Amino acid sequence: MADPRHVLVVGGSAAGLSTAEALRRFGFDGALTVLEAEPGPPYDRPPLSKQVLDGSWAPERAALFPAGRLARIGFRHLTGVRAVALDRRRRVVRTDVAGDITYDELVIATGAAPRRLAGDRLPGVHVLRTMTDALRLRDDLLGGGRLLVVGAGFVGLEVAASARRLGVPVTVVDPDPCALAGRLGSAVAGRLLALHAGHGVDLRLGAGVRRITRSGGRPDGLDLTDGTHLEGAAVLVAIGCRPVVDWVAGNGLDAGDGVGCDPRCQAAPGIWAVGDVARWHHDGFGRSMRIEHRQHATEQAQAVARNILGAGLAFTPTPYFWTDHFDVRVQVAGFVPAGATLRPVEGDIVQGRFVARAEHGGRVTGVVAWNSAKAFTAHRRLVPAFAGAARRPTSGNEEQS
Amino acid sequence: MKIRTERDSCISSGACVLEAPQVFDQDDDGVVVLLRESPAADAEDAARNAMMACPAAVITIDEDA
Ligand SMILES: Cc1cc2nc3c(=O)[nH]c(=O)nc-3n(C[C@H](O)[C@H](O)[C@H](O)COP(=O)(O)OP(=O)(O)OC[C@H]3O[C@@H](n4cnc5c(N)ncnc54)[C@H](O)[C@@H]3O)c2cc1C
Ligand code: SF4
Repeated sequence: MADPRHVLVVGGSAAGLSTAEALRRFGFDGALTVLEAEPGPPYDRPPLSKQVLDGSWAPERAALFPAGRLARIGFRHLTGVRAVALDRRRRVVRTDVAGDITYDELVIATGAAPRRLAGDRLPGVHVLRTMTDALRLRDDLLGGGRLLVVGAGFVGLEVAASARRLGVPVTVVDPDPCALAGRLGSAVAGRLLALHAGHGVDLRLGAGVRRITRSGGRPDGLDLTDGTHLEGAAVLVAIGCRPVVDWVAGNGLDAGDGVGCDPRCQAAPGIWAVGDVARWHHDGFGRSMRIEHRQHATEQAQAVARNILGAGLAFTPTPYFWTDHFDVRVQVAGFVPAGATLRPVEGDIVQGRFVARAEHGGRVTGVVAWNSAKAFTAHRRLVPAFAGAARRPTSGNEEQS
Repeated sequence: MKIRTERDSCISSGACVLEAPQVFDQDDDGVVVLLRESPAADAEDAARNAMMACPAAVITIDEDA
């Protein structure tokens, strides 16, 4: 396949910029454009709930790429420009302020946006996805008063930990009495929740939120489904994300839960998806998946770049993520489902640091570590890899379309 | 080639060690340790892969040094 003349990447964060960099690295010398809705220099999201929120980093330290690295890629960087529509037939992306942009190959990298609750649009009710969100939430935390966190997922709990670091009282609400068990296994999830309780986080698991109560244009509490009322000065809604696919709607693309792709991360001829927005068929697991983790964005970016240049390789990664709470870093490779049996590889699951392998259905499905990053690197190979990330796909969109 | 690491930003993923064990290691807390500031020619490509794989932009490579 001849190299495309113009690759257009829509979404200029971890996945989009990594794709641009990887394209150059793998030898692409055609025109390259990255379109990003937010103005200003690109930043990374994981520090938003951690160092940026607790103030241990100035916002500039969360820069996505160090100065110079971005410039070396060599591409047209359109920031503050939003894609509003896709015209597949003409190979054109319509933008809000930069007109129509034509492409030969399109990379969809528009990530995900927070889910919201009905009636949650008022000052003092927060979501956390952008730098602006983080600084606004931080301002509210510094004002004192109890923070009510809706959702005991990773973002909700990381924020709870950062708030406690700032001395702010926190309550976390989640309808799931076994929050995070499906991500960390019951034993590790339980230990993480106990860590939060030990640092004074008030955990209210098992009841959902009926509504946010307000007075004087600000939130003043939550009504729960079990009849409880909780008082607070600010609310964080952290109930997960929705892939950003509105702008590709009506094009015959499969965009139900993210942009559906074949094993090579191709959605249709000339259209690719990468990062949080991409749902692709993982040939190793034999199913479609969408992964919202930082490392995944860079790995998939490299696979997409190679495949745009004609490699034709199936993307079959072992998922990886980390999450930080107080003085604890938890890392997971693969999957640790709620029913998994955890077998320690190093240390003790109940106390101190450990690395454990998760077994489910007679197979090792994942490795989980608690403050044991070095040992984790040594043991993560326990998770069976799918013959590396480079295999010929079993199926492809080209055959289908 | 000259490599620098911003150790304070390291989230101890180990991705660099998996990509280029000749160039990177981790200390007991998992924080990156740069073994070779200027790697051997046959390890340069692995070092570039590590830079791209790092999920926290810890690794900077000066190609001209
Ligand atoms: C607070 C927080 C903490 C996190 N912590 C961790 C962690 O500890 N560990 C971990 O593994 N992962 C973590 N993550 C997840 C990780 O940050 C994401 O997986 C990663 O950001 C995904 O990158 P992406 O480029 O696919 O999507 P995004 O980062 O969402 O980037 C998409 C970009 O597209 C832009 N965009 C959207 N629509 C348009 C449009 N129409 N036109 C132009 N541009 C558009 C957006 O402005 C955005 O910049 C965290 C995420 C958050 C929010
Ligand atoms: S890849 Fe980056 S974040 Fe991970 S251990 Fe190496 S330097 Fe640290």
